[in-house]
Amino acid sequence: MEYKYDLFNKMIEEFAINEVKPFAQEVDEKEMFPYMTVEKMAKLGLFGIVIPEEYGGMGGDYYMYIKAVEELSKVCATTGVILSAHTSLCVAPIFEYGTEEQKKKYLPKLASGEYIGAFGLTEPNAGTDANNQTTTAMLDEKGENFILNGSKIFITNSGPASVYVVIAVTSRNPKGVNCTAFIVEKGFEGFSIGKKELKMGIRGSSTCELIFQNCKVSKDNQLGKEGEGYKLALKTLDGGRVGIAAQALGIAEGALRETISYTKERKQFKRSISAFQNTQFVLADLSTKIEAGRGLLQRATQAKQTKSKTLAVDAAMAKLFCSETAMEVTTKAVQLHGGYGYTREYPVERMMRDAKITEIYEGTSEVQRMVISGALLK
Amino acid sequence: MRISVCMKQVPKTTDIKIDPVTNTLIRDGVPSIVNPDDKAALEFALRIKEETGAEINVVCMGPAQAENALRETLAMGADNAYLISDRAFAGSDTLATSTILSAALNKIGFDAIIAGRQAIDGDTAQVGPQIAEILGLPQVTYCADVKFDEEKNEFTLKRQSEDRVQTLKVKGKVLLTVLSGSVKARYMNVKDIVKQESKAINVITYDDLLCDKATIGLAGSPTKVKTTFTKQFNTEKDLIETTPQEAAKIIAEHLKAQHLI
Repeated sequence: MEYKYDLFNKMIEEFAINEVKPFAQEVDEKEMFPYMTVEKMAKLGLFGIVIPEEYGGMGGDYYMYIKAVEELSKVCATTGVILSAHTSLCVAPIFEYGTEEQKKKYLPKLASGEYIGAFGLTEPNAGTDANNQTTTAMLDEKGENFILNGSKIFITNSGPASVYVVIAVTSRNPKGVNCTAFIVEKGFEGFSIGKKELKMGIRGSSTCELIFQNCKVSKDNQLGKEGEGYKLALKTLDGGRVGIAAQALGIAEGALRETISYTKERKQFKRSISAFQNTQFVLADLSTKIEAGRGLLQRATQAKQTKSKTLAVDAAMAKLFCSETAMEVTTKAVQLHGGYGYTREYPVERMMRDAKITEIYEGTSEVQRMVISGALLK
Repeated sequence: MRISVCMKQVPKTTDIKIDPVTNTLIRDGVPSIVNPDDKAALEFALRIKEETGAEINVVCMGPAQAENALRETLAMGADNAYLISDRAFAGSDTLATSTILSAALNKIGFDAIIAGRQAIDGDTAQVGPQIAEILGLPQVTYCADVKFDEEKNEFTLKRQSEDRVQTLKVKGKVLLTVLSGSVKARYMNVKDIVKQESKAINVITYDDLLCDKATIGLAGSPTKVKTTFTKQFNTEKDLIETTPQEAAKIIAEHLKAQHLI
């Protein structure tokens, strides 16, 4: 019998309710990166869940990590995505594609939370059309360092993050570009953080521009093979989408939980609004969709854990369904709260704003449909 | 340094409802938790472990399902878990329980024992002190703070009573009972959650212990529970319905009349 999942679930549920929930509103209102919470999460080992012990990690797995993102997002989607971007988009590619030296150098500090991780792919003119990259990485004359020039935008965790996995063009071919991935540290010469985005939701999450001006990156920091950066990025995003699906599912569950307790308390026409069939049927439908989403998320998590070939499609389906469910659940949660739901006094307003991004980042819902249909029609 | 922590698995009493007809506790579906004072005992022990590298052994008497609570203490950072469990122990009151636990603690070996003040299901606060008496140990109860100086082999304790705090220094083998209100117990952590999976729970049965059958179980329990009932509040009260301002005045006058303010 395995006790570890029961214990982990108990721990993360208690932690989210006691340590994260009380600050969620303030984090949103002040657009404040929750450093204090991040420090507490680090102490519990949450930033190194999937990293093996030999690299300073906790030796846990993706089932635990995904549960953590879900539970944190039930109360604060900002906190959920900090863990998701760190683990799926930085820890995972370094662990999966890094050399032994790179793993030994970066993973222990990423595991302990001393370093927060981030990932840079998107550019002003290369979003879904990621093949349109313009950030370049050219070997210097001595052949020792790459020189990076260009910029990346909408980078989650940028600013607070110490380690960035960055995709840049290393050569061109007739069809487009050949990209390579690099590990770039905060403080590398020629690397700076640009404009911070002011966002609709997940407002405590730091989203900035990365600027490279003749940024020198040692050849030792090339991640994976030269020319295979685009492939690495797509594989990384497959894993990332499982994290975002968990974030979306968490937001939906959090909104439903708030709505259940509100509709029991709120009285109109001398009875709780939960006594009206409209309320009951809406709650039933939302709960059913959440559980359907959980099924897809579990399948995608298992695919990531077992390195299944079906990961790309499983993750796309989980993210598509969970994010659209999050949008529907939060919208209806606000509706059931009535006028109060539209005020910032109740958390469902924030949850509705937070939910929207899950349909957009790490591949829009349209991209997920492309991935799913692409596999059907190949 | 080896510290034994006594722990009890208890029903989460805040979730317990009382059957309005039979006046008994409805235990079905009530989750079991680590008794809060015992969690505080473990927290103090783990802090000593962080400073000195002490070995922390958690000892729990109870049915097989108490393994869940023991695993939780391992996931918080305890080194070893012992489950004291046998049919022969059933029906033990606090005296028989203390007899059994003392025998088990002796068998495991220890340099100090930390226990919670009392369990939230029985609220007797007897087991810790009784163990100390049986084992002939000095005891300090109601500790709100526990510090240990390894070089001097000396505990510095803050003993909380209703209206004062005593600071005590105690050398050597000792039994402490601690309060949960004064310390925030840590969460389980991912590394120890993963590690506990490969650890066995050490089960100690009657055959492992040197105790006389007449001193344990129902036979060894002088306590007889005649009846249990729900606490009723029967004090006379005056009900005055008025405005908040008036109410404040009336309350203030009452308190003044009794020289409380």
